[in-house]
Amino acid sequence: MQFGVFTVGDVTVDPTNGREPTERERIKAMVTIALKAEEVGLDVFATGEHHNPPFVPSSPTTMLGYIAARTERLMLSTATTLITTNDPVKIAEDYAMLQHLADGRVDLMMGRGNTGPVYPWFGQDIRNGIPLAIENYDLLRRLWREDVVDWRGKFRTPLQSFTSTPRPLDGVPPFVWHGSIRSPEIAEQAAYYGDGFFANHIFWPAEHTKRMVGLYRQRFAHYGHGSADQAIVGLGGQVFMRRNSQDAVREFRPYFDNAPVYGHGPSLEEFTAQTPLTVGSPQQVIDRTLGFRDYVGDYQRQLFLMDHAGLPLKTVLEQLDLLGEEVVPVLRKEFESLRPAHVPLAPTHASLRAAAEQAATDQSAGAEAGR
Amino acid sequence: MTARTLAVVSAGLSQPSSTRLLADQLAAATRDELVGHGEQVTLHPIELREHAHDIVNHLLTGFPSEPLRQVLDQVTGADGLIAVTPIFNASYSGLFKSFFDLVDADAVGGRPVLIGATGGTARHSLALEHAIRPMFTYLRAVVLPTAVFAAPEDWSGGTAQGALRTRIDRAAAELAGQVHRSAPSSGPVDPFALTTDFEQLLRGGDA
Repeated sequence: MQFGVFTVGDVTVDPTNGREPTERERIKAMVTIALKAEEVGLDVFATGEHHNPPFVPSSPTTMLGYIAARTERLMLSTATTLITTNDPVKIAEDYAMLQHLADGRVDLMMGRGNTGPVYPWFGQDIRNGIPLAIENYDLLRRLWREDVVDWRGKFRTPLQSFTSTPRPLDGVPPFVWHGSIRSPEIAEQAAYYGDGFFANHIFWPAEHTKRMVGLYRQRFAHYGHGSADQAIVGLGGQVFMRRNSQDAVREFRPYFDNAPVYGHGPSLEEFTAQTPLTVGSPQQVIDRTLGFRDYVGDYQRQLFLMDHAGLPLKTVLEQLDLLGEEVVPVLRKEFESLRPAHVPLAPTHASLRAAAEQAATDQSAGAEAGR
Repeated sequence: MTARTLAVVSAGLSQPSSTRLLADQLAAATRDELVGHGEQVTLHPIELREHAHDIVNHLLTGFPSEPLRQVLDQVTGADGLIAVTPIFNASYSGLFKSFFDLVDADAVGGRPVLIGATGGTARHSLALEHAIRPMFTYLRAVVLPTAVFAAPEDWSGGTAQGALRTRIDRAAAELAGQVHRSAPSSGPVDPFALTTDFEQLLRGGDA
């Protein structure tokens, strides 16, 4: 199972001292967090993509390319890549380029984006969110899989004899996850293609995640990609830890109370009970995270949100130490001991390349046998 | 005999409240009428005051607490709805509106709704027609012709008698008749149900 962090890239005032990081500080902090993730033994760093303040990461492949050059093992991903407002041609090019530079340590998570005003800045309309996600992604897949593409659709200018360059590394496109909170159409899309499904999970009741993952698994089997429990599932999580759980609650409360998304609403205690947010000791985080499996089944990727709501970088790095040293090693061992042999791990470039080579061998053997 | 449910929403703030009193009388009269039609009736009284914090939290976080979810399901899954609000500053109370802002626009379409209100003076009575009726019309509910307003003079003597009694009985007969003629509710809408398949989505079909 893969463990990692995902970041929204928000610039938020630290409510305990009123300090707001500059954009440069926040961008550099995101890089520092990614490098720390590799250092403490995590597997994945995923950045958000936004085109409006107070968010900084508008150019994910610039950031991920820089991180790729400074890491050895870390998988670089997104949370999420806007499949609605980005040109699928540019996504195909940018991420194939990143794949080459990062020696295949790249995958992506597609998302729609829920900020209405952003769409028209890129010539689109939020009311077409689902149709854009469907059409653009179908084109993206073709651009990575077919050397020459002739294409016509509703939302983009037609393509004639177009070749997206560079071609994917080793002819193997990056693995794709589809992220959604509660749109059944996106679970259906992920299932149709046999792609991964990532349930945002955080900020929402577990019941939403259970229903969405259940639908994705059922449809994954329906489309013939394997049994329901072989579908590729990722989950978000949000934690704040101190050795003593009371210290964690005391320190995190002002950040919680003033946070974007849920601040000034439910109490920390209510939100902890209603959503996967866990504030407490490393052992509490271990127990809660292992419990996710009870309602989504064996899954392949767990990403934690560690750096939002104005938490200072120093605190975030301490959190990553606890996560990497005390939490993830236990989770790795426990989840692995529970996983049945027929449930696959998350695809990587190496596993996808091996599968493609195997398929090619089978095909030529079949051709030989049929001769 | 069919089992019918009525959700009875009261947005009164004081306890006891005249808004709840009116809601209870409308509910009891409707139940009696439906029993007269040979129906079995279950009433779900809903005091919004008890869910006030959860309503605000839902507006801010985008999801209901478990108790509030159950209440929303009772409203969207009922065969008929009775909705009663105090009139504040010439319109429904903020709590009443906030609650119905959480009801999905398609969730009560076609559902019979009896509207009622209370106020400190009879001069507020048309708020039912210019504020509350249009809101339910937007939700495509079937709002019954008789809306019931109770002013302080209607409560004199401690029980609803005279003109108010007549209006309650007429409104209850309209709601009961409409519920009796309607097919039983199929329950709350499931927001996670897949209503299309991918081939249709790919062809540009409606989601």
